[in-house]
Amino acid sequence: MTTTLFTNARLIDPEAGTDHQGWLLLRDGRIADKGTAGDEPAADEKVDCGGQCLAPGIVDIGIKVCEPGERHKESYKSAGRAAAAGGVTTMITRPDTTPCIDTPEALEFITRRAQADAPVKVLPMAALTKGREGREMTEIGFLMDAGAVAFTDCDHVLTETKVFSRALTYAKSLDALVVAHPQEPGLSKGAAATSGKFASLRGLPAVSPMAERMGLDRDIALLEMTGAKYHADQITTARALPALERAKRNGLDITAGTSIHHLTLNELDVADYRTFFKVKPPLRAEDDRLAVIEAVKSGLIDIISSMHTPQDEESKRLPFEEAAAGAVAMETLLPAALRLYHGEYLDLPTLFRALSLNPANRLGLTSGRLSKGAPADLVLFDPDVPFVLDRFKLHSKSQNTPFDGQRMQGRVLATYVAGNPVYRS
Amino acid sequence: MTFRQKHLLGIEQLHPQEITAILDLADTYVDLNRQSVKHSDTLQGLTQINMFFENSTRTQASFELAGKRLGADVMNMAMQASSIKKGETLIDTAMTLNAMHPDLLVVRHPHSGAVDLLSQKVNCAVLNAGDGKHEHPTQALLDALTIRRAKGRLHRLNIAICGDIAHSRVARSNLILLGKMENRIRLVGPPTLMPSQISEFGVEVYDDMREGLKDVDVVMMLRLQKERMDGGFIPSEREYYHRYGLDAEKLALAKPDAIVMHPGPMNRGVEIDGTIADDINRSVIQEQVEMGVAVRMAAMDLLARNLRAAREGAPA
Repeated sequence: MTTTLFTNARLIDPEAGTDHQGWLLLRDGRIADKGTAGDEPAADEKVDCGGQCLAPGIVDIGIKVCEPGERHKESYKSAGRAAAAGGVTTMITRPDTTPCIDTPEALEFITRRAQADAPVKVLPMAALTKGREGREMTEIGFLMDAGAVAFTDCDHVLTETKVFSRALTYAKSLDALVVAHPQEPGLSKGAAATSGKFASLRGLPAVSPMAERMGLDRDIALLEMTGAKYHADQITTARALPALERAKRNGLDITAGTSIHHLTLNELDVADYRTFFKVKPPLRAEDDRLAVIEAVKSGLIDIISSMHTPQDEESKRLPFEEAAAGAVAMETLLPAALRLYHGEYLDLPTLFRALSLNPANRLGLTSGRLSKGAPADLVLFDPDVPFVLDRFKLHSKSQNTPFDGQRMQGRVLATYVAGNPVYRS
Repeated sequence: MTFRQKHLLGIEQLHPQEITAILDLADTYVDLNRQSVKHSDTLQGLTQINMFFENSTRTQASFELAGKRLGADVMNMAMQASSIKKGETLIDTAMTLNAMHPDLLVVRHPHSGAVDLLSQKVNCAVLNAGDGKHEHPTQALLDALTIRRAKGRLHRLNIAICGDIAHSRVARSNLILLGKMENRIRLVGPPTLMPSQISEFGVEVYDDMREGLKDVDVVMMLRLQKERMDGGFIPSEREYYHRYGLDAEKLALAKPDAIVMHPGPMNRGVEIDGTIADDINRSVIQEQVEMGVAVRMAAMDLLARNLRAAREGAPA
């Protein structure tokens, strides 16, 4: 039985909503106790945090690791390193690989790969329908037995409402979480930008932000019908928020996430067709960005995700319409999120509520908090240190980040999984 | 003010004085083109490659003629039939061509921003001959020259651009150019063919053509693409012609000396009545074609001067 004491730390506790100097005692990979400075207990080992922030490690829902199929873009090894360097202690992976993860056998393969190669915890999501084609549901029961923590067809919106309602009903009977991408695909087909002045000027095919609300409205109606457990992967527009608010008030089992890019960038960042800023859904207007930040602050939007999507240079060095969507983001997640802290939009406990506590709660994990008995998954970071991001220094195999060359503040100093250091800067 | 551009990618990047510089030079090429010997050695020794990733007869012919009249070696590449079909990316195609040392690259591409992307990868002057729904700068310049010659000025005019604005790069380049030259611009068309939030560009938007044409000096018609005619954006060809086709009755609402323009090719009886298109007192459609060659000669001449200056290390 070994104990480790983290002293002289600025503890960010999202559960208590506190941010103060203190200490944290670890025993056998779990948090044993915590307290304020001055009454430190004895321990086998001591770690002096130098007054820096110690927070529960990030639980990141919606990471794409490109195994199987496109290992040259991202493997479990490279993604795991990127996660550790970014303070992500639990990766919740997406099933939209080639082929997709829609059988227990495929799930077992990636679980094995992840265990062998990734230094952080990896929990996979599985497809909701076979081949993500929206026609037949997957073996939800078997997949749960194999370790699937949620079910999603990712950005493939289930257009057959009957299939979706049955899948939700079936998932409900197993208490399985369904993650959906709220979007009206009829309206958003072919779109590369959000409709508005900027898209008109650049002549890009665009989608109205209303498509997101229409998708969400439909899904909410299906939840009323089925009572299923549902998470909207990315809510990015102001117009979708009242519907979300009503659904929560009516007691539906619904949560929502948003991506770090939609919180920190807007449509104008695309500028002269910069494809690293092409994400799905497309970047929105500034008003939408501010509304989404407010929703994170109020708790209406529960979760911030990186939506880490590696793309190789070939997929991005194309005309904007043809270029692949998505950005790598695990390593920039924390410094980008800290822009909201430095901009005085959110305090650190609120930020970690959305980054760590809420995603852990939604998936029924005991991590994501600094309470007694929780796994010692931790991130130690300096929230202030400035740097200029160089994309070629990222650990991901793909370097498609929109933050290349940008000034950022805040760096991960160390990441711990079950008390063991998996990254030190 | 000299012309400072390395490429001609859009009207957006041009200063009003650069627009005037192109038009002034184009005027001299109009004169040259009307002589029996239509040749100059301005681009002697330079290689011009026309890369059209999208079908075009008129624009490509116009650029080809412009280059040949200035003495350039001109090559046409029909890209839709070549390596793109074999899976080569736009940038690889650009690099391949670049290795052949072209001096002027004329590019048309079906996607917005593609010509801009290509220009970053080559070390010659690039002319945008139309990219997606974004810009078509030489068309806007030839329209401007046509207006300036017909009206005697290119400012304080009331100009109506009519038809399928949403899908038109011609409309975008024109409204930017005519705005820069301080004209009043009206956009006329069904709301399904208007780009979103277009009114924020400092233009007036009309869905009633009769109102939109009232007292204008210039009526600019746009081509309605065949694939947009059936039900998707408008109910039918005949209803479109009834509400938005330019006929004598609607034209009567414009100023008595208003000119009628069309970038071609025309759909007679869809967006424009054939008799108006042929009316030599109103229609300047043939002049537009003539100005096209002159404007393209001027643009290539100015870009070639900057290219040569850059290569000699002198400030452009």
